Formats: sequence, C-alpha cells, structure tokens
Amino acid sequence: MSLDKTMVQRVSQLARIEIEETQLETTARELNNILEWIEQLNEVDTEGVEPMASVTGHELPKRDDDVTDGGYPDKVLKNAPDRESDFFAVPKVVE
Amino acid sequence: MKALIEGQTGTWEIVIGLEVHAQVSSESKLFSGASTAFGAKPNTQVSLIDAAMPGMLPVINQHCVRQAIKTGLGINATVNLKSVFDRKNYFYPDLPQGYQISQYKHPIIGEGTLTIVSEEGEKEIGIERIHLEQDAGKSMHDQHPSKSFIDLNRSGVALMEIVSKPDMRSAGEAAAYIRKLRSIMRYLGTCDGNMQEGSLRCDVNVSVRKIGEELGTRCEIKNVNSIRFVQQAIDYESRRQVELLETGDSIDQETRLFDASTGQTRSMRSKEEAHDYRYFPDPDLLPLEFSQNYVDEIKAELPELPDHKRDRFIAEFGLSAEDADTLVEEKATAEFYEELSNGRDKKLAANWVITELFGALNKSGIGLRESKVDAHNLGSLIDLISDGTISGRIAKDVFGEIFESGGSANSIVERKGLRQISDSGQLTDLIDAVLSENQDKVTEFREGKDKLFGFFVGQVMKRSQGQANPKLVNELLKEKLAG
Repeated sequence: MSLDKTMVQRVSQLARIEIEETQLETTARELNNILEWIEQLNEVDTEGVEPMASVTGHELPKRDDDVTDGGYPDKVLKNAPDRESDFFAVPKVVE
Repeated sequence: MKALIEGQTGTWEIVIGLEVHAQVSSESKLFSGASTAFGAKPNTQVSLIDAAMPGMLPVINQHCVRQAIKTGLGINATVNLKSVFDRKNYFYPDLPQGYQISQYKHPIIGEGTLTIVSEEGEKEIGIERIHLEQDAGKSMHDQHPSKSFIDLNRSGVALMEIVSKPDMRSAGEAAAYIRKLRSIMRYLGTCDGNMQEGSLRCDVNVSVRKIGEELGTRCEIKNVNSIRFVQQAIDYESRRQVELLETGDSIDQETRLFDASTGQTRSMRSKEEAHDYRYFPDPDLLPLEFSQNYVDEIKAELPELPDHKRDRFIAEFGLSAEDADTLVEEKATAEFYEELSNGRDKKLAANWVITELFGALNKSGIGLRESKVDAHNLGSLIDLISDGTISGRIAKDVFGEIFESGGSANSIVERKGLRQISDSGQLTDLIDAVLSENQDKVTEFREGKDKLFGFFVGQVMKRSQGQANPKLVNELLKEKLAG
C-alpha cells in the first residue's frame, strides 16, 4: 500500500491535523516508509495465532458500580476556551 | 402486518432494520465513577476521564458488563466470552476524546431473536448483535445566537447498541419490535426504556423493493426518539423512496434526519464527506473476558420474562392471548395483576384491570403507580362482586369513587348503602310496582312481544337504583309474567 498526496490530505483532514501544501510530498514519503516497514511484518506467517493484546498476562481491571467521581464543574471547565455559565460554549454547530 | 405500497409500476415491500441505543441502567458511567442520574446541573457529573483530560485511563464498570450479558440472555443470544473495545474516531464538540469507545469486530453479544406479536400473529425478528459503547455529551443549539452549549453529563454513560436484522416489513412491526425490546429490558432491569429522557433512541434503516427482488439501497434515519416518530419516519421515507424509484431516479445511500414538526425526513447536509471512523482496538483497554460460569450464574438469576409470563397466563389462568399480551407488556402491570388475581377469579381480575383500570388511567393520563387504586382496594371490590354483595354495575360506580378518592370498597358500599338487593320479598315488591305501572306492556308481552322482557328488567333495575340482583330479578320476573 502506498499513500499519494490526495490520501495524505484526506487523512490529515480526518485527523484534524493541518499539513501545509508544501509538506504533503514529504509527509507522504515519511508515512510510506512506515507503511513499508509494517508491510515487512506482514511477511511473517501468523496463521492461527491469536492477536496479542498484552505481554503482562493481566486481565482487564474492572470496577464496581459506585459513584466516586464528578461534582467539580469548575475543574472540568478550567481549560475551556469559552464558557457560558457551566456549559462549554463552542461555535454554533447545527445539523 | 405487511404494509405494501401500491405504486404506478407495481407493489413495493418496505424493509426495515433498527439500531436501538439503550442506556444501561447503572449508577455510574461505563469507564468512570461519575454519576449517570438524569437532570443534574450541567457538567456536574463529569470526571476528568469523561472530559478526556490527558493521561486519564478508562476502567470498566463490571455492572454494565453484567447488564449487557443479561440483555443478551433475554433475547436468547450468543454471549461472547471475549470481546474487544475499539475507538471510533470522529470530531464533534460533544465528544471530547475525539473518539467513542465502542465495540466493532468483536461485540459482547452475538446473534439472538425476539418474538413480536402483530396483527398477523407472531413473528421472529433476528438480532445481529449488541455492543457496549459510550454515550456522547449533549449539545444545545437554541440558547445563544452564535454558540452551541455543551453539557458533558451524559458523556461516557454506558449504552447498548442493539442491531436488528432487516426483518421488519412495516412501521407497525418496527413499533412492536421496539415495544418488545423495551419490555424485555424493563423486566431485566437493564434499561429503563424512558424515551423522553433519551434512555432509548433509535436509528431506522429503510429501503424498498419489489416483492421477491434483492434488497434496495437503504437510508438511515438518525436518532428518532419516540415510537410514534419511528412509524411516521418509516411511512414518509418508504413513500419518498418509491416515488423516486418510480420516476426513474435512484436512492442515495445516506443519513437522514426526521423532522417531528413536519413528519418528513431530510438529508443531513454535513455528510458531504463520507464518514471514515478508522476503527482500531483501544490501546487503553485489554479485551473483555469472563467465564461461561459467570454467564451461567447470571442466567440462573434471570426473572420470568414477558413471553413466558404470557404463556403461563394463557395456560394456567385461561386468559385470552390478547389479554395476556396486554397484561405482560409492562412489568409493573403484570406484577399488579398477579397480586390482584391471587386467590381470585383470574378472568374477572383481568377484565377489571384491562377494561376499567386501564380505561380510567388512559382517560386521566396518569400511570398505575400514581393511581389511588391498588391490588388491595381493587381486590376487595372484586370480592364484593364475587360474593354477590354488589352488582357489576354498582361495582363500576364504586370503582369510579376509589379511582377518584381512594378508600376501601367495603366502606364505600356501606356508607352509600349500595349492597345488592337479593331479598326476594323486596324484589317482588319492586317488580309488582313496575308491572302495575305498565299494564299495557304486560298485555303486549303476554300476546307474544318477547322483546319487552328486557324493558321490564331495566325498569326494575332503575327503580332499585341499580342495586337489585339482576339474576334474581330475571327469575322472579319470568315467574310473574308467566303467571
């Protein structure tokens, strides 16, 4: 698989990461290098091998259904660029 | 209940699949310890995890896992002992993470089925899967001319997305499916099913085809929040598609919105760029695993579900299928009926619940829980009918009074002197009075006008202010008139 400029543009838009027009070529080349390396991994035969999610052998930690958090709107809103009373305020988005 | 559309070029069939988003009943969120209670002040039920602060890690709420397993067992579905959480990536102001934690290739629940009852009888609707996912926050667009307001209280609340197969063929079947699903979840206590509060929301997939042909291109109508709107959206959307196809147009596969004020669906303009969610396994979460033993334990604790209760009401209580369906749909009603009918005539109790109680509740617009009628006072009223103390007609008046002001049936009957007159001496006096006032009609009756019998009964009942025992009146009248 190889990325062209158009695809890089599309991915950057989906990820909301701005890439200058002049940087598209370089970025495509860099990303393609990574993809090539990953394709090398594809050469290993993994038929019948379960995907490994962790090397520690731990299980997913679980918690009980208790309310232990929340109640601090000021902390939550502290970094908000804009707020109206205790709401985040953002440029109007309407469907 | 196939609803076919007769078009210019032939008969069209509607094909419907539903994605129901059901809020899991839990105290705290799926991956954080913030509360899920409805109606709190903005952003007061938000943890730093829900606000997606850097470095915060999600830890799963095991009760939510249990609730999803229960729901799966309730629809006889496969429970996957291993499932995986993925990130569904998109940007929207009510989604601070920039992705929703969901399940994609490996959901917790696999295929199941649900039986619906419609006018054509029973029908099995296939369920494709149920997966666990996070809810997003809530946006408000009408508070400010140029800004949208965001409240993250709902952000991170656990949802079950329940995906049906495209097995429904009419708006009525879709409605029956949602009602059944809601009923099962309420019995299980896994979702309160409150559509007004958004605990149950629905995406509706609609396509049309000529009978016997391949599936047509579908449109998805997003976020419909009442059963009535689901039906309206299907009616409108299926007609729109038939019209397009019959004029030679094709259907664009797209997401549409339902506008409740016009009853129409319209294209979501923001979809100019097709969504590409770039799912990948969430590196913050190991796969979700549990043992078959765990599932079996949950299975052993399941309550009796509506289908089973319905069959039992029919088989053991001799109720009609229709009455049984009505009584079991809501868990609270079924429990009320079971308490009421315990030790009493099952059919009589069913009639009182369905006809009188439901009638009065509908008329006054309140629910069973807010009503002054309980299994105790309605039960004692039924007892008074069964032992002949009052007539069925008087009982309706007493019921009206209980419904309005509460109180016990016995004291109302005593206070108002409503006891049924079963004393034949008293009844004979009443009958004699009626007959002597209507000599002409007595003559007509004896000349063969049988129909007048009803008239005499009516007059006697009226004279007794409804308190005469109708059975005895009938017997005594027959004797008198024959004589």
